[in-house]
Amino acid sequence: MQVFPSSLVGSLFVAVTWLAVAVLGLAPARNAFFSRRIAFPLGALAGLALAAFGLQAVWMPAQTLTLPLGLPDLPFHLRIDSLAGFFLMLLGSVAAGISVYAGGYFREEPSRRLALIAFQYHVFLASMAFVLLADDAYLFMVAWETMALSSYFLVITDHKQAAIRSAGFLYLLIAHLGAIAILLCFGVLHGGRGDYSFDALRAAQLQPGWATVAFLLAFFGFGAKAGMLPLHAWLPEAHPAAPSPVSALMSGIMLKTAIYGMVRVIFDLIGNVRWEWGLVVLAIGSGTTLFGVLYALMQHDLKRLLAYHSVENIGIILLGIGMSMVFIGFGHPAAGALGLIAALYHTLNHAVFKGLLFLGAGSILHSSGLRNLNDMGGLIHRMPKTAFYFLIGALAISALPPLNGFVSEWLTFQTALQAPILRNGVVRSLLPLFAATLALAGALTAMCFVKVFGIAFLGQPREPAHPSQLPHAGDAGNMERYGMAWLAAGCFLLGLFPTSFLLMLNRVAASLGGRGLSEQALSGSGWLWLVPTSAEQASYSPLIFLVVILAVTLLAFLLVRRFYHGRVRLADPWDCGYPEQSSRMQDTADAFGQPIRHVFGPLYRMDRTLPGPDDAKPRYILKIEDRHWYWLYLPVARAAEFVSSKIAMLQQGRISIYLLYSFITLIALLVFVR
Amino acid sequence: MNQALAIAFQILQSVFVVLAAPLLVGWVSQCRAWLQNRSAPSILLPYWTLAKLFHKDAVVARNASPLFRTTPYILFGCMWLAAGIVPVLATGLPFAPAADIIALVGVFALARVFSALAAMDIGTSFGGLGARREMLIGFLAEPAMLMTLFTAAFISGSTQLTTIVDTLGHRQFALYPSLAFAGVAFLMVLLAENARIPIDNPTTHLELTMVHEAMILEYSARHLALIEWAVAIKLFTYMTIGIALFVPWGIAPAGDWRALPAAVGALVAKLALAGAGLALIETLLAKLRLFLAPEFLSSAFLLAVLGMLTHFLVQG
Repeated sequence: MQVFPSSLVGSLFVAVTWLAVAVLGLAPARNAFFSRRIAFPLGALAGLALAAFGLQAVWMPAQTLTLPLGLPDLPFHLRIDSLAGFFLMLLGSVAAGISVYAGGYFREEPSRRLALIAFQYHVFLASMAFVLLADDAYLFMVAWETMALSSYFLVITDHKQAAIRSAGFLYLLIAHLGAIAILLCFGVLHGGRGDYSFDALRAAQLQPGWATVAFLLAFFGFGAKAGMLPLHAWLPEAHPAAPSPVSALMSGIMLKTAIYGMVRVIFDLIGNVRWEWGLVVLAIGSGTTLFGVLYALMQHDLKRLLAYHSVENIGIILLGIGMSMVFIGFGHPAAGALGLIAALYHTLNHAVFKGLLFLGAGSILHSSGLRNLNDMGGLIHRMPKTAFYFLIGALAISALPPLNGFVSEWLTFQTALQAPILRNGVVRSLLPLFAATLALAGALTAMCFVKVFGIAFLGQPREPAHPSQLPHAGDAGNMERYGMAWLAAGCFLLGLFPTSFLLMLNRVAASLGGRGLSEQALSGSGWLWLVPTSAEQASYSPLIFLVVILAVTLLAFLLVRRFYHGRVRLADPWDCGYPEQSSRMQDTADAFGQPIRHVFGPLYRMDRTLPGPDDAKPRYILKIEDRHWYWLYLPVARAAEFVSSKIAMLQQGRISIYLLYSFITLIALLVFVR
Repeated sequence: MNQALAIAFQILQSVFVVLAAPLLVGWVSQCRAWLQNRSAPSILLPYWTLAKLFHKDAVVARNASPLFRTTPYILFGCMWLAAGIVPVLATGLPFAPAADIIALVGVFALARVFSALAAMDIGTSFGGLGARREMLIGFLAEPAMLMTLFTAAFISGSTQLTTIVDTLGHRQFALYPSLAFAGVAFLMVLLAENARIPIDNPTTHLELTMVHEAMILEYSARHLALIEWAVAIKLFTYMTIGIALFVPWGIAPAGDWRALPAAVGALVAKLALAGAGLALIETLLAKLRLFLAPEFLSSAFLLAVLGMLTHFLVQG
């Protein structure tokens, strides 16, 4: 007999706990204390439990369970395997940090609204858990739609503002386009046999043409939720609109459920991956990566900037998945497993550091009331602890060793370096080029986060365009800090001990692709060394990195003090002989992006208003717009409007006409049925 | 015993690089002075400058954050780490597997990000300007650098510098046409990454053109000394990476202590040549306008891509 509950029952229990917390929070609606001090911490505890169950499930054989709920003859099937376990661990551990933070963040929220937020928040968490646990298309879609709807209501928390309502609408629209594509994909896989369980879909033998249709539907359907190009437009609108912990949840975790769906359907349900599909994923992935980071560099709204970086990171994950598909398609499962491991590793990394960064942005917003980088400056003096956590997140997302972002990008590079084993000469030379886009994106990300950290936290306070609380800003509260510290610790843990995560992900990849990494890689990897293929080919030891840098830094400090002195004179900054320096002479966020506008100018749709030479109060106004609006979204919107205006002619408002329609329909049906 | 000896040698080698780095800078400026018909300063001048700077009192702006004062030490630590990983005199060092060349690029990126952040800390107009230009050059150089390294890595089937050196230097001799392209690309990246002409001018203080100097404008005394020293180590390390990738002959194989004196001789000869070559480039070329840097570095990138394609074509 088992003493501990099995990981499936445990995860189900956590999901039900979240639902219970959601419903219970509604009852004492007037009591904000309950939501902040009991509901959110309880949710965080449940998240930790879920992480433990997920971790356990990675190493266990798959478990299944059938719940007699739902429609008659369509019970809910649940299943937990390595892949689901990994994503449940991601969900639980990141949600734990965000929930603790949320308990502190919503301290000024009116109690009624807070109860509603807590309700939607926990329903959102539970629906994500059910997406990961679902083992039939029916439950999957129900959970998927619950997730979309609960997050929609969270996005429009401030629904009194028109801009936020329209952001919410755009999100709902694209989410449903994606959901339709996913539904159709399940339909194609199902092939009219009446059994929608994943086992049946997995067993289906598709013709190559239909398999490709299913792949494209799944790729674009899940891509719409992930924020993949060209279906990304909702993301930079919806993420800034939501309250910060919700942005962190959406960007950190919800986008990852789309990655889960993509991996589940393409690698597991469709199976027999073809390398041509991999090239499609690679092309869109590299476009998404570059687009995301280049537009992020143009933003001065901190949360919009972070949202564009989510687009970029989804692109990086797609690059890993695409490479994996190319290698598997050509019959190299070990290299394919490495690509998948890199992608999944980046999925986890992104959840951790993007969650952290959104929480940091939330703390800035909370204490200074500012979201526009151009109004900030010098925050490191006002909120040193937030600055410290934000710096960790910024270094991690910039893919700098020894933090976690670097590990997954390094693994992606190592996957690309396996290219010589491919037979096809063109594909072989394409893979390193895709890796070069990753290198470019990584360096641009570093530039972007130098901008963010430099403008927001360093320098001197700028003069805000509107009166703000910047001069009175204080550091984040305790619970906010615990939440950020938890995720920052995750950045270090994932960065410094990559081998344990590599072994875990190897298990996940092996459960999908049938084979994991080569024996040499597994025997070469110790707790200190990360070896993706073999010790001669490549190895990396982040711990030695950190120890050497810290040791030398410390040693240099001590030696300088010992042999020389530590005398410091404080003075004004050097003014270059021009004494009237003011804080307005610092770079702004827009100024910092100027070289990018110069180099990549044609990619943007720019609208600039320059001040005149004798303007007493000069204002430089720059508007950057996404070209996709003009060549894709607006034409589609116009076409939809045109078609619906034609269809609206059916609507006459007279009952006799509608009876006539029914009559014609009946006649037509009788003709067809006979 | 053997392991302890190897670790001791590892530490000695990195200390050697750290101590010898200013000498290389002195040699380059001496060569440049000769080429420009000036009387040359002593080759030891960088050491005297460092000693002078360490003795002075540090002047720090009033609103500097702790980041500003720790950055010089972090830069020094990053460069020391990089110097320890490159097989300067011998391969098979115990810490060498801690990072392959991609991770080495990561160390330089880490140092760049910290110096750019420190530049923005005081909030003067020059700091931000330098930081933004430095990051511009950084993101242009990094893909080119990586493609160069990929070409070298494809030849030896490894990104470990030790394996690359062993493949090229210690096995039978073969000509790799792809390496010629990659070598030129690497040289261009080296000039850009080390703030040399034609991308940046290490001797200028003209506000319209300076990049690296604009970033460290606020630093003085021991902080400036550490940064200058780190810059010297960076140049030295880049040159030794170039040597390891393209002309590795003479680097002692793992565990072969008798080859060490020859390795030192070979290293000194190669560095003397490389330093003189750098001085020649800096004398012949003029600094490019900042917005020609993208063209310069994208041609480096294209050369590296050509190198990679050549490799795939020749290998079939």
